[in-house]
Amino acid sequence: MSASKRPKPPAAPVETTGHEWDGIRELDTPLPRWWLIVWYITILFSIGYWIAMPAWPGLKGYTHGLLHRSDRAEVVKALDDLSVQRGLLGKKLLTADLKAIEADPELQSYAMAAGQAAFGDNCATCHGAGGAGAAGYPNLRDDVWLWGGGLEDIHRTIQHGVRSGRPDARVSMMPAFGRDGVLKSGEINDLTAYVTALSRRPADRAAVRRAAPIYAQQCVVCHGPAGKGVQAMGAPDLTDQDWLYGSSPSAIQQQIWNGQGGVMPAWQGRFSEETIKALAVYVHVNAGGR
Amino acid sequence: MAATETQTSGPRPDILVTIGLLLAGLIGAVLATARSADPLFQFHGYIFMLAFAAALGVLVLGLGGGRVKFDSSRYEDGVIRAGVIASMFWAVVGLLVGVVIAAQLTWPNLFYFPDYGWLNFGRLRPVHTSGVIFAFGGNVLITTSFYVVQRTCKARLAGGIAPWFVFWGYQLFIVLAATGYVTGITESREYAEPEWYVDIWLTIVWVAYLLVFLGTIWKRREPHIYVANWFYLSFIVTIAMLHIVNNLSLPINLLSTKSYSLFTGVQDALTQWWYAHNAVGFFLTTGFLAIMYYFVPKRAEKPVYSYRLSIVHFWSLIFIYIWAGPHHLHYTALPQWTQTLGMTFSVMLWMPSWGGMINGLMTISGAWDKLRTDPVLRMLVVSIAFYGMSTFEGPLMSIRTVNGLSHYTDWGIGHVHSGALGWVGFVSFGALYCLTPWLWKRTRLYSNALVEWHFWIATLGLLLYICAMWVSGIMEGLMWREYTKEGFLAHTFVESVSAKHMLYAIRTLGGVFYLSGALIMAYNLWRTARGDVRANEPSLPEIAPATALAAAE
Repeated sequence: MSASKRPKPPAAPVETTGHEWDGIRELDTPLPRWWLIVWYITILFSIGYWIAMPAWPGLKGYTHGLLHRSDRAEVVKALDDLSVQRGLLGKKLLTADLKAIEADPELQSYAMAAGQAAFGDNCATCHGAGGAGAAGYPNLRDDVWLWGGGLEDIHRTIQHGVRSGRPDARVSMMPAFGRDGVLKSGEINDLTAYVTALSRRPADRAAVRRAAPIYAQQCVVCHGPAGKGVQAMGAPDLTDQDWLYGSSPSAIQQQIWNGQGGVMPAWQGRFSEETIKALAVYVHVNAGGR
Repeated sequence: MAATETQTSGPRPDILVTIGLLLAGLIGAVLATARSADPLFQFHGYIFMLAFAAALGVLVLGLGGGRVKFDSSRYEDGVIRAGVIASMFWAVVGLLVGVVIAAQLTWPNLFYFPDYGWLNFGRLRPVHTSGVIFAFGGNVLITTSFYVVQRTCKARLAGGIAPWFVFWGYQLFIVLAATGYVTGITESREYAEPEWYVDIWLTIVWVAYLLVFLGTIWKRREPHIYVANWFYLSFIVTIAMLHIVNNLSLPINLLSTKSYSLFTGVQDALTQWWYAHNAVGFFLTTGFLAIMYYFVPKRAEKPVYSYRLSIVHFWSLIFIYIWAGPHHLHYTALPQWTQTLGMTFSVMLWMPSWGGMINGLMTISGAWDKLRTDPVLRMLVVSIAFYGMSTFEGPLMSIRTVNGLSHYTDWGIGHVHSGALGWVGFVSFGALYCLTPWLWKRTRLYSNALVEWHFWIATLGLLLYICAMWVSGIMEGLMWREYTKEGFLAHTFVESVSAKHMLYAIRTLGGVFYLSGALIMAYNLWRTARGDVRANEPSLPEIAPATALAAAE
């Protein structure tokens, strides 16, 4: 070891260890008392915690602790507490029929609270936080309903979904007239004009005339001769101002060409029956309750 | 111990061995790339090929031209200079990506291209985390450890060319990891995302690192091993163990990027968090404590406060840290007894962690006046203060009931960044500010005023960052657990997200500040290395002169 060229540190109460590395020396200060005491306290706390709580594994199982605490038991208790908090109304929701729920102000406000919580974290993703929908996702706040806006209709849609693959799901299928080669692109252009005209908007008259027989052949079955749609089949009204996939000619043309159909999941089995009922009431009331 | 190296005239065996290994690697990479049907695997195969071919070229030409020369009577400082440059480079890259993803969290459509995933948040996030932890932090650790171990052992780095292999091999690992992340190659294990073949490459590099470090300690000309080297060694050994165990996985095919972990379910989760927690413990704590133990007494020109404390806190820290991982899995499928152990070991870890803080801060006692005049020492001191704060906050957050509020919230992000920006960042910056004039043999930094600017802008940025995250974390934690009087959740998840928007903007601003500080530093270091001194600098005490470069005797 070479001697340091640096002056000695100012007189310190503690000696150094006598070693030196690259000019660095170390004092031999004892451990700070407070440091040691706090450390002992944390160790004592830990030992106390081990005695009280599930802690050390053994060959079979583990030490359960004097308090016999268990997360699983606490979850069960928390759920029980919740059901107590939700009280009788929660149980009434299960037994009462939908109309009765809506008619009873107390039960209705409870169902609205339950529905709002479930809607916000599950339905809002597609239908929007306020239920106003988006392109491809129906608006739930208006009077236009693909599958019916009655309480029972809404309830069924929530239960089984749309094109969800469940046996009772709502199913309709708009054919992909262009993609599947059923119609030629000229015919689809003409039909686009026809559909535009159905909603009382200006369109190329010649094209509309050319499309009339095609409409009668391909579209009438579901959308009806006047284009009013058939709710039982989930066929939308083409005469109104409400367009799921867009109202512009190019959007209409796209829809005739590709025949999109969205999927809504079936919620039966994922939500409790109370929650589905609450959601039905929530959606129905928010849409005006007709 | 004192194995004196003599300069040989013929080709050195370590260079020949390296050339042989590189050739084998090159041939292997060519074959694997040619036979693979996985385009991403081929992409990485080309990177391997390029790296091996370039290294071969440099070695063969350098050897042929006689340019690879070693003066074994001097310390190996070339690799450390390269390490300083790499550290600064990766700091800027890692912080820049951090600012980008912070902005993406604030304005989600930023750099979002539905058809190309390369710049998606999900891919850039590991570029940021690996970039700052492994690229920046790892380079700082390798660089400073190479410097410190030589000085405190009075021995040249062992292994001849091996330190250079460690350096460049590690850079290759970083490039493979980062290019893998943006192209979608990932094991999806947090902080261990690189796929199996990159893991194997890192293992090779890391074992070489361990051997170089051990070899240097082996031939030391000091009777005792300095405390910083204990910390470095614990970091190198434990990271090797963590890396290997957590990355045990089975490739679906030896010519494919994809592999699956050997662990499943809750065992997998526990292995992962044992790894990730101890990456914090042994990479970001013990490694940087080693930096503190050398650079703080050196810069303050004071003896280390307590040798006894350093022993007790070293052993207690490494013994207790390794058990604390389960606190990342509170209230999950992990058995409750395991959670208890993780929590209590975290609580017992508080004082061992603070031992390092006490030793660092008390070392400066008697030299506090230097904080006014030496912004580099001030940076080191503030880093120790943040170390103390984070190592108090950590045990606090590990307590199950506290964790019930803090877990999954931005509080965790704030906690990590008070440690990362405050402790790891500042202690690294301090070390690099010390090293640059020493290594380039300058009497002082280009500008102390710029260090002041760096210090204040980075401190402001980091305070903005962590305060924003504390507020948003506690806010969302409270929102998630709030019930209405009817017994339903009061807030949807997305409401808690939109409530954080302004705090995320503040966080981004904090990141911009911190990045700006790093850019100022990069400029300052570059001018220092060039030998410039800024005009009109108020005269300040000059930085401690470099230690004698020649090895003793």
